[in-house]
Amino acid sequence: MLKIKDLHASVEDKDILNGVSLNVNAGEVHAIMGPNGSGKSTLAAVIAGKEEFVVEKGEIFLDDQDISEMDPEERAHKGIFLSFQYPVEIPGVTVTNFIKTAINETRKAKGLEEMPASDMLKKIKAKADMLDIDRKFLSRSLNEGFSGGEKKRNEIFQMAMMEPKLAILDETDSGLDIDALKVVANGVNKFRNKDNAVIVITHYQRLLDYIVPDFVHVLMDGKIVKSGDKELAYKLEEKGYDWIKEEVKA
Amino acid sequence: MSLKDKLLSSYIAFEDHLEEDSPIHDIRNEAIKVFEAEGFPTKKLEAWKYTSLNSLLKENYSIFPKQDHSLEFKQVKKYFLHDVDTYKVVFVDGVYSSFLSETTHDKIDVCLLSAALNKPKYKPVIEAYFNKAAKQDSLSSLNTAFAKEGAYVFIPNHKEVEKPIEIINFSTGNEAAIMLQPRNLIVVGENSHVQIIERHQSLSGNAVFTNSVTEIFAEKRAYVDYYKIQNDNTNASLIDNTNIWQEQESNCRVHTFSFGGKLTRNNLNFYQKGERCDSTLKGITILEDKQHVDHNTLVHHIEPNCESHQDYKGIFGDASTGVFNGKVVVEKEAQKTDAFQQNNNILIHDKATINAKPQLEIFADDVKCSHGCTIGQLDEEALFYMRSRGIAKKEARALLMYAFANNVLESVKIPELKVRINKLIANKIGVRLGFEL
Repeated sequence: MLKIKDLHASVEDKDILNGVSLNVNAGEVHAIMGPNGSGKSTLAAVIAGKEEFVVEKGEIFLDDQDISEMDPEERAHKGIFLSFQYPVEIPGVTVTNFIKTAINETRKAKGLEEMPASDMLKKIKAKADMLDIDRKFLSRSLNEGFSGGEKKRNEIFQMAMMEPKLAILDETDSGLDIDALKVVANGVNKFRNKDNAVIVITHYQRLLDYIVPDFVHVLMDGKIVKSGDKELAYKLEEKGYDWIKEEVKA
Repeated sequence: MSLKDKLLSSYIAFEDHLEEDSPIHDIRNEAIKVFEAEGFPTKKLEAWKYTSLNSLLKENYSIFPKQDHSLEFKQVKKYFLHDVDTYKVVFVDGVYSSFLSETTHDKIDVCLLSAALNKPKYKPVIEAYFNKAAKQDSLSSLNTAFAKEGAYVFIPNHKEVEKPIEIINFSTGNEAAIMLQPRNLIVVGENSHVQIIERHQSLSGNAVFTNSVTEIFAEKRAYVDYYKIQNDNTNASLIDNTNIWQEQESNCRVHTFSFGGKLTRNNLNFYQKGERCDSTLKGITILEDKQHVDHNTLVHHIEPNCESHQDYKGIFGDASTGVFNGKVVVEKEAQKTDAFQQNNNILIHDKATINAKPQLEIFADDVKCSHGCTIGQLDEEALFYMRSRGIAKKEARALLMYAFANNVLESVKIPELKVRINKLIANKIGVRLGFEL
């Protein structure tokens, strides 16, 4: 589904990604771990099309279509979803109105009619219930005054509503207590099916107890230096990253 | 002949027609002297540093338009509110239109200033209030000298006016260029409530220059809610002089929505004459092309324990220019004043300009005064966030602009008006949104 080949990206002439290659197939969960500043969030943002980052080299294919030159909204229409590490506050636009707009804009781009209001409401209700989201919350301004946990839950709510092909969760676990973490993980697990895929970016193995990855990759200095299965995450939790650095040097 | 000379010579003819014993005869004569001495303000004056009237003064305006420019209701229907019943005081080219108006003398007076100036029964009110709140500067004085017509609203004590009052000044374009000087007098008695919507609307592309003066008196515990819709076409200019006198515990709110016009200058002055007054000044300005809007506000805190809340948002596109000059004066006696001023601006294009100048003059020592002013672009991170959810760049920008201006709309108390303003904003920004904020 997603094929990244030798991706190099920079911001303000500073190289951040130095040749990332990654294959994600439908039905898979990939975890990307790595120390601070290794380029994890940059990789997520580059896949989603953030214009600040310049792709110097390499390719990003989604279903055999090169998306590396596409606008962020086009990528969203093709089925890429990024759950932000720091969701932006948008005062004056309610959660409900925002998600309605996002869904209908996406449908419009695909040449579909707007979703009927009653279907939209039903869907909102179902997804909100699944994520244990209070109805009042939906009429609040998007992310304004939300706690860290509410913001992350809201991101997963939007993911569940938009039903993307590829969901990239950028440190969705940060700022969550264990109960919120379980709710969020449950939302992600319910979303998963054989036709979609999830990339989980995290510092900690903790989230991976609940969203079990098929593959774990270690990103360091803008490169994937090691890949393995979920056991790798345990090893990282236990031993840190130094041993990988040594391995890479050697 | 310059416009000033034309006005001065017209005044002689105008004054000849008026009755000698008009209660405001002397006031007019004094006022024209002020205008004669000072003339139109120039950029040399600090208060007019960023706004030049030169382009307006070149036109050959008709000062006393011919009577009888009647309009069909269907021509102007869209400028009125529909869902709510309203009183209407409507002028066409400066002349009262009884056909389009809906006035009343039933317990309250919603009628014409000309009637109030000429009929003996209104004499005490005119003597007590007329020209008492207006500034004595050259433009207000010019209006005073020619003051003849406008809305007259008198609400006695303890009266909640159930219907909003619409004051609408149409210009038809039957004259190649027209100068209008409406004069409104609004007196709201103790414990009384009123909602007023004011609009100036040109129906053609011909030049219009309006120099309007509105005096509002809010007696004890009066509640005045005033909305100004400035969405005129691009050859119409407006100098709005609105002066509000507030007595003890009164609450006055003015919302100014500036989306249209060529040049608009809002001189909005609040004077708090009693304790525990509450003043609110809010505005949304959205401009494009070469439009110019200048908000010149004053809140004069004279008595203790009063509040003022100012919140102006501006979005400036193309080569439009904006000015925000917000002055708050807190006198020595005005202890425990709580004055808040906020002015946020977004510049969308490189050639757009905003000149923002908050001014606080505080002579009391136990007060809470704050002001904030920002000038910026749309938040790139927020744009990316929205785009990453499938919302196209243009819509995302529009949504952000909406969101930016939205909290000013929250305090609009007339639901239909809120919806209408929302639509004006959507049109102005040029998008269709699937919902109303």
